[in-house]
Amino acid sequence: MATSPRLDAKIPDGQLSEKWTKFRSTVPLVNPANKRNIEIIVVGTGLAGASAAASLAEMGYKVKAFCFQDSPRRAHSIAAQGGVNAAKNYQNDGDSVYRLFYDTIKGGDYRAREANVHRLSEVSGSIIDQCVAQGVPFAREYGGLLSNRSFGGTQVQRTFYAAGQTGQQLLLGAYSALQRQVGLGNVEMFTRHEMMDVVMVDGKARGIIARDLISGKLERHFGHAVLLCTGGYGNVFYLSTNAMGSNVTAAWKAHKKGAFFGNPCYTQIHPTCIPVSGDHQSKLTLMSESLRNDGRIWVPKKKDDNRPAAQIPEDERDYYLERRYPAFGNLVPRDIASRAAKERCDEGYGVGASKKAVYLDFAAAILRYGRGEATKRGMHNASTEELQVMGKEVVKEKYGNLFDMYKQITGEDPYEVPMRIYPAVHYTMGGLWVDYNLMTTVPGLYALGEANFSDHGANRLGASALMQGLADGYFVIPYTIGAYLSGDIRTKAIPTDAPEFVAAEKAVQDTIDQLMSIKGTKSVDYYHKKLGLIMWDKCGMARNEAGLKEAIEEIKALRKEFWSNVRIPGDANEFNPELEKAARVADFLELGELMCIDALNRNESCGGHFREEYQTEEGEAKRDDENYAYVAAWEYKGDSDYELHKEELVYENIKIAQRSYK
Amino acid sequence: MNLFSNLQIFKSSNCIKMEGNMNLTLKVWRQKNTNTEGNFENYDVKGISEDMSFLEMFDVLNERLINDGQEPIAFDHDCREGICGMCSMYINGSPHGPNRGVTTCQLHMRSFKSGDTITVEPWRAAAFPVIKDLTVNRSSFDRIISAGGFVSVNTGNAQDANALPIAKEKADEAFAAAACIGCGACVAACKNASAMLFTSAKISQLALLPQGQAEREMRAEKMVAQMDIEGFGACTNTGACEAECPKGISLENIARMNREYFGAVLSSKEHE
Repeated sequence: MATSPRLDAKIPDGQLSEKWTKFRSTVPLVNPANKRNIEIIVVGTGLAGASAAASLAEMGYKVKAFCFQDSPRRAHSIAAQGGVNAAKNYQNDGDSVYRLFYDTIKGGDYRAREANVHRLSEVSGSIIDQCVAQGVPFAREYGGLLSNRSFGGTQVQRTFYAAGQTGQQLLLGAYSALQRQVGLGNVEMFTRHEMMDVVMVDGKARGIIARDLISGKLERHFGHAVLLCTGGYGNVFYLSTNAMGSNVTAAWKAHKKGAFFGNPCYTQIHPTCIPVSGDHQSKLTLMSESLRNDGRIWVPKKKDDNRPAAQIPEDERDYYLERRYPAFGNLVPRDIASRAAKERCDEGYGVGASKKAVYLDFAAAILRYGRGEATKRGMHNASTEELQVMGKEVVKEKYGNLFDMYKQITGEDPYEVPMRIYPAVHYTMGGLWVDYNLMTTVPGLYALGEANFSDHGANRLGASALMQGLADGYFVIPYTIGAYLSGDIRTKAIPTDAPEFVAAEKAVQDTIDQLMSIKGTKSVDYYHKKLGLIMWDKCGMARNEAGLKEAIEEIKALRKEFWSNVRIPGDANEFNPELEKAARVADFLELGELMCIDALNRNESCGGHFREEYQTEEGEAKRDDENYAYVAAWEYKGDSDYELHKEELVYENIKIAQRSYK
Repeated sequence: MNLFSNLQIFKSSNCIKMEGNMNLTLKVWRQKNTNTEGNFENYDVKGISEDMSFLEMFDVLNERLINDGQEPIAFDHDCREGICGMCSMYINGSPHGPNRGVTTCQLHMRSFKSGDTITVEPWRAAAFPVIKDLTVNRSSFDRIISAGGFVSVNTGNAQDANALPIAKEKADEAFAAAACIGCGACVAACKNASAMLFTSAKISQLALLPQGQAEREMRAEKMVAQMDIEGFGACTNTGACEAECPKGISLENIARMNREYFGAVLSSKEHE
């Protein structure tokens, strides 16, 4: 297989471990006087967007940042719970840049690009340094040094955390750096603004059309470069752990303007989420993977066992992850844990009213911590009750906010009964195809963080999303953007009354007018839920050829119905959340089809992409490295018309092997 | 044997309780935009399940309003897991409703009884103008942070993260202050619409950490000044903010901010 000539990844020459160092020392620079005249648009203010906007502004560029929320601090990075990985080796447990690189490639089931992942591992340590310097209050040990914990798919402790609110604390750090630059006048911040399209001038991205969500007015903004830091597209499934507003619109509009979409079918289904409780469900809530450090996952050994958990004796419980994967136990990667839960439930061993749940049990951890506390306090004959009380205090300190959230949502107390959990859509590894510089196939248009496809292959390891978002924003784009902008210093700001801007705005206005004029009978949510159901049933945790083909036809039909029967109340020239949703769902209705096309094309199972036709006898994913060791980058050619381009994945530093966690 | 058949989480939920049997009367503030007057309107909502969140109950009502050809109620929400700080309903006279320590999105209908009448309003504060219905503009909070809620450390300037040990108690205390989600419930709860709890949480977090020391005095002065510019009221120590804060931000932060502020003012007078 040869890489398509349209996909030059621009990977620097040389040894893997020297590529980034060499790149940084040789990439062309933009001098300070010229930086002042260069404008950069950053769309999205999560970890990737806020860190990029702040860092670029610190360097002297003129930055305009956009978010659809009422404040940049509300981007959905805020909800990340468990932690951020870094190869600091503070625990002296054998961690290294290479090991983090290796774990990430293996965890991604050998479908990520070596050079990008190695760079990610190299800069991971600097992220922790930067965040601590900003005043991010990470968890610490009594000696005052930083604390670490384990996450899935690794055998070292390299995850830094702030209780179950790591994303919040990291985002608030990046947000404060961003607000500092806003205060200094280096960043112009546009809140409650949605990017509606990219503006192309002479084949380059030169700006965006944004909608002021309060007034409904369309605005034109020029930039020498445009950075999309707009997150993932898990909401195509309607129910996911994403925020209600998370959407694909910016990335999708970029795709339709020429940016190839990489591996759209790679979706992460997170194993530990609170199960669906009814049709009213609007979103799903994650229970952090960090809980798998201490929680043991089990189901009854007997089918349809309706006894309460406490009445099921130890020898009638099946700790199926520990049984199937003794080396990693409850800490296997997410795709494996999710499929294993689904397998048990499909076979009739599920628990709870819906039978679509498994137990995550802390009783053993509570006793173990209780014993530790008793030893510390010199209590040699502590009763079980005393041990439990002390153990619960320790668990509370580690996971208190998660336990509270679980209780709030389910009405059950997880200190007393095991949590019930089930997999849910959480993250999308796929995204806009980018080269080593994080540039898409459109010159001047970049994608950072979850919005790009680059680092996680077919499955992301826990605590690596925060790492990647911040790596891209703080430490990668500030260097790589110089490669493009150094050639652009003579470009004067293009006036926004240029014909390209006028035409782009008119096209957006026409789409809005069309949506508003349908005046049909069904709400936007009605269509979104229907799409979600198709995607979950046929392009979710397990996929097969027949189902995917059906899904493609069903999505086309649903899209047609949407465009003839959706009802959007109110006016386009005012604050209108239904119109916002409609514009986003319209894009999901196109993306969903491409995801199915991609899943259908990939005749193998890898990571989160599980094709039922391709599994080992033990039900594990069966890759086909001979035919599918490539990135599928799709070019938009028109309605339902996509052309596949392949970037061959070459592994020079890792021996590609069947992934095993047994 | 096909291990992976019939995964239908949505369909399976059909056999669970689809709808509940709670019937409620909602009295909701409707306001077209910032420049118009608003008023309360009454809505009957039926068949609500106690497992629904308060916002999901609004979803049910909005779906019905859309089907009836009426305008749905605009309200802010995003993560729906209690951390983004976007949701902001003033329910029966309390920000985020009757339960302590939860945001509106984490308030579930099991906290109400069938037959209840529930009054829902937006945050009320001069510094939080209403945009539409229950949605308000909280950009004044962003400007307070811009005034000084940061450590001035450019990317790339940091030393090794473990170079400065920080006592666990101090780090934990800083974390407790940093847990603020910026929702504005403290302002909504306060009869003076004061933003002291919000502002003091950030000032405290950074004052407790060695990284925040260099700009400590300037930070307190500037953030307090910005708070006044935005039109937030004064603090009269009623403690309503702490009581209604969904993240349990402590009043001690306000005391600490006052010490920081007066210390800063005194030392800048000495420099005059």
